[in-house]
Amino acid sequence: MALTPDPAAPALELRGIDKRFGAVHANRAVSLTIAPGTIHGLIGENGAGKSTLMNIVYGFHRADAGEIYVRGRRVELDSPQAAIAAGIGMVHQHFMLVENFTVLENVLLGAEGGARLAGGLARARAGLEQLARDYGLEVPLDAIVGELPVGLQQRVEILKALHRGAELLILDEPTAVLAPQEADQLFRMLARLRAQGKSVILVTHKLREVMAATDRVTVMRQGAVVAEIATAATSPRELAERMVGRAVLLSVEKGPAQPGATLLTVRDLEVRDRRGVARVKSAAFDLRAGEIVGVAGVAGNGQSELLEAIAGLCLPTRGEISLGGRDLVREGLDARARRRLGLAHVPEDRLRMGVVASFSAEDNAILGYHDLAAYQRGGFLHRAAISAGCARKMSAYDVRPPEPRRRIAAFSGGNQQKLVLAREIESEPRVLLVGQPTRGVDIGAIEFIHRQLVALRDSGKAILLVSVELEEILGLADRILVMHDGEIMGEVARADATEERLGLMMAGVRTEATA
Amino acid sequence: METYTLIVLLLAATLRVATPLLLAALAGLFSERAGVIALGLEGMMLGAAFAAAAASAVSGSAWVGLGAGIAVAVILALLLGFACVTQRGNQVVAGMAVNIMVAGLGPALALAWFDLGGQTPQLEGAGQRFLGLAWPGAAAAARTAPFPGLLYAQLLSGHNLIVYLAAALVPVSAWILYRTRFGLRLRAVGENPQAVDTAGIGVAALRYQAVIISGVLCGVAGTYLSTAASAGFVRDMTAGKGYLALAALIFGKWRPYPTLGACLLFAFTDALATRLQGVDLPLVGVIPVQFILALPYVLTVLLLAGFVGTAVPPRASGVPYDKNA
Amino acid sequence: MSPAAKLPRWAEFGLLPAVNLLAALLLSGAIIRLIGESPWAALRLMADGAFGSQEAIGYTLFYATSFIFTGLGVAVAYHAGLFNIGAEGQAYIGGLGTGLVCLALGHWPFWAVLPLAVLAGAAGGAAWAFLPAWLQARRGSHIVITTIMFNFIASALMTWLLVNVLIRPGQQSPESREFAPNAFMPGLHTLLGRLGIPFAATPLNLAFLLALAASVLVWLFVWRTRWGYALRVAGLNPAAARYAGIRPERVTVGAMLLSGALAGSLGLNELMGSQHRILLDFPGGAGFVGIAVALMGRNHPVGILLASVLFGALVQGGSQLSFDMPHVNRDMVVVIQGLVILFCGALENVFRTPLAALLGQRKPVGSDR
Repeated sequence: MALTPDPAAPALELRGIDKRFGAVHANRAVSLTIAPGTIHGLIGENGAGKSTLMNIVYGFHRADAGEIYVRGRRVELDSPQAAIAAGIGMVHQHFMLVENFTVLENVLLGAEGGARLAGGLARARAGLEQLARDYGLEVPLDAIVGELPVGLQQRVEILKALHRGAELLILDEPTAVLAPQEADQLFRMLARLRAQGKSVILVTHKLREVMAATDRVTVMRQGAVVAEIATAATSPRELAERMVGRAVLLSVEKGPAQPGATLLTVRDLEVRDRRGVARVKSAAFDLRAGEIVGVAGVAGNGQSELLEAIAGLCLPTRGEISLGGRDLVREGLDARARRRLGLAHVPEDRLRMGVVASFSAEDNAILGYHDLAAYQRGGFLHRAAISAGCARKMSAYDVRPPEPRRRIAAFSGGNQQKLVLAREIESEPRVLLVGQPTRGVDIGAIEFIHRQLVALRDSGKAILLVSVELEEILGLADRILVMHDGEIMGEVARADATEERLGLMMAGVRTEATA
Repeated sequence: METYTLIVLLLAATLRVATPLLLAALAGLFSERAGVIALGLEGMMLGAAFAAAAASAVSGSAWVGLGAGIAVAVILALLLGFACVTQRGNQVVAGMAVNIMVAGLGPALALAWFDLGGQTPQLEGAGQRFLGLAWPGAAAAARTAPFPGLLYAQLLSGHNLIVYLAAALVPVSAWILYRTRFGLRLRAVGENPQAVDTAGIGVAALRYQAVIISGVLCGVAGTYLSTAASAGFVRDMTAGKGYLALAALIFGKWRPYPTLGACLLFAFTDALATRLQGVDLPLVGVIPVQFILALPYVLTVLLLAGFVGTAVPPRASGVPYDKNA
Repeated sequence: MSPAAKLPRWAEFGLLPAVNLLAALLLSGAIIRLIGESPWAALRLMADGAFGSQEAIGYTLFYATSFIFTGLGVAVAYHAGLFNIGAEGQAYIGGLGTGLVCLALGHWPFWAVLPLAVLAGAAGGAAWAFLPAWLQARRGSHIVITTIMFNFIASALMTWLLVNVLIRPGQQSPESREFAPNAFMPGLHTLLGRLGIPFAATPLNLAFLLALAASVLVWLFVWRTRWGYALRVAGLNPAAARYAGIRPERVTVGAMLLSGALAGSLGLNELMGSQHRILLDFPGGAGFVGIAVALMGRNHPVGILLASVLFGALVQGGSQLSFDMPHVNRDMVVVIQGLVILFCGALENVFRTPLAALLGQRKPVGSDR
């Protein structure tokens, strides 16, 4: 085992990294080589295992099997401290900054250089000014971090890593919070890092950036590495294919759509998040009775915010949402009012907001509908009716075991989702919003849920389906909208949709006029 | 001259009343800045008061009392630390539990050991108490140069050791918090414990250290109450000072010097209340003493409501840190 | 958040509180041993003092009544996700309301005074809870701190009122004049006597039955109405609440009003039923015992009833204890109170995990992947 780092050795080498979380096989014998002085892209969909892998490299988790070599030397990375000592720095997607500290104090935290701050501050200031000059990372050192724009905050994170002597920098979805110009600045800075011999791992799902900024790309899918290529030798289309995979389409029996009247209209919708970053930009589309409109796209491109805005869970900053002749935005209608107008919602994250984990199944079956007359008797909740209603739903939607009194957390994910679906569909909405309907759901339930959605469509309802599973969209949707970076890149009829075409749009590449 | 004397005496009383408040508020400062809600100040102070008075009575030395007071407060602090940091329990409940426990335990032990109905024996003499220390030439100064002399003799000189200690601890606390590595990390862990964790620093260890410091300071505060301000322990002698200190801390926006200001302000109202009892003031008449005593609490509510500026607590205050969350 | 291990219902509501209580009692026993007395003797004396005679039981239930009111109040707020430390102050002001009605309307027949006294008590407590609730909902002011402050403000306010306004002219002690007999809550021994059942004369009064009624009403409200449903959803999962169209701010204020109203009913027991005047510090810590009772009773009326009786027994038994054990008195009861709050509240996970392991429970499943 060499004691001094070998300059020709890879900056980082992973051999056979394996990690399980309970039943989930997050990393399957992953091997990865990062050459020194390169920018290496790591791409894959949600759940592909990228985050787990990087957390192992940064010492947050320990791999169940496998070895890690840094510059030719075998290392045990059992804590962030060990990773930092090995020269690995990480810029997390959610910044690890103390908002009311100055930039200098944030950089200093953990590397203070002595019990008294005074000396450390002066030394750090000098060192940081040097770093800033070397890599173009100018940041006002005495500014309060919380008041800085996001792009500068990110620079602070990078400075932190460099100040601790990082030779390998991992950036996790760095451009998720950046405007395009800020993203370009970031890549220029990364190029300078590379010129100085540092190595960078860029974890992202944005294919355009991978093409623009990286030297090599590793694609992960379902916990395993499926490709490692030189960026120059590939194309966004090929990467999209590898990322999404050529899994067999779950065939869903359905006849052609018979679209009727327009039920929901969205115009010029803009939704901003808490930081003021626009997550949905100028979205516009119609939803007609008797059709399923699928919203495809890699997670994080604004689909969640679009769904929540239409459901009434967040307020758009601009735009119009019309349902049954009423503008939901202008009238400021909340989720309950929208339900009464016939808009039901199956949320993307059922455990976070679709169910109350410690309630029974029957109590969850009335969530959002708890003040319906059918569930009341003499001012009190009509428990018999609620139980019976739940039992009916369970039987109609094959929820097992059919025990209304059982705690919802004791049901499998698939059965929970079926109950949520039952609840929303049985309220007989005119429009149904569905997000990730089969996330965390077993195969059998997936088929059932798909069939229910098609049946709903055929009964003349409109469905807006958001899913990161392209197969699901291709299987169910009659029309497909693709979202990228908050914009609807285009609309494709099912007949004209192919994985390649959709994948390109998902990657941010506009195609020719849609059919 | 008489008004002047009155004012000086009032200010001197303010300093004495402010001392336990200030010590407890500083204790709360360290605890809350590290992210642990300081609702147990009352209990730690009361426990220390009992221990100090008991130890002093038994050993004959106030210094032994001080040691015992600090020891007991630190033990209580460790209990709080265990509940809040290790067990990730509800910090509010833990604090209240300690307060109630100590409120009963003090008199119970006192009754058992001293048989005086829940008190400790009266502390006699300079050995068992911390008495006022006259600065050199104080009496002479008061006689010769009335105005500055009175200031020197009554306001500056004549307080007991702990008052001076408390005053000195304010700049010391500020120095620790803002000029040392420990203070930087402590402040960080109360704002964003995850940032501290990813920087490779132990969150639990930091919080325990903060809680122990708050124990030490409450220990001094409690000792002051039973060996300096009074001559023994009496049940419920803290009379809500722990909560008042918390109010002062909030009013002082979790910073050392403004907290000192808040403590002085609250103590002043207390001293004023005693002085103004039954006094007919022009225009307003007799101000009920209870209104003056309630003033610190009303001010704190106004502050929290946002009418007297904003009070932003340390972001992670009250939230147990779970790495896997 | 890695979920705490789940226990089956019977363990969650029966075994765990019992284990916590046991731990509290064991520690208290150790302290009693430290004082030089026998814990077993103390326990026997307390049990006898609390349940050994009709009179003892009467006193025990009388104390329990106050705890039921404050315990229910704390529990209702807890279900909405709020920590109401202000039950003491709300009880104080609520009692003021009840007392004022009794003072003003003493010449009316009892059955006319009673409903008004109940309303006034509830209104007083609710009013005292309103501001902290509104500040939390609208301004985000931490309700724990504001309610603590309001406790102190209530104390100052009531002291001023009793010393300056309500005091009986020419009297030294700060208390109001006595209520007219029509405003006395009939003693339970009187009511039982009318039914031909002999019962020792104790302060136990009609308010006990009102407390039982309140328990039933709270149970009905929280678990059997749509507003109670909305309350629980908001307390358990604010995101799901918003999804369901429930507005957490409204729930906050509504829950605190109800909570304050319940705590404020303490005056019915203490003032109308026993003291028959308004006096200083009549809640006497019942607001804080209410926290212990709610925690131990897992915020469920049945548990609260049992825990209240337990704490009533501790108070009654404790006061009897000092006759035979001069070194152990009511202060020990306060210690036990504190220990119960510690184990049932802050250290509740200490026993939960080993119990769950013992019972062979596994963590819940929410996903198939």
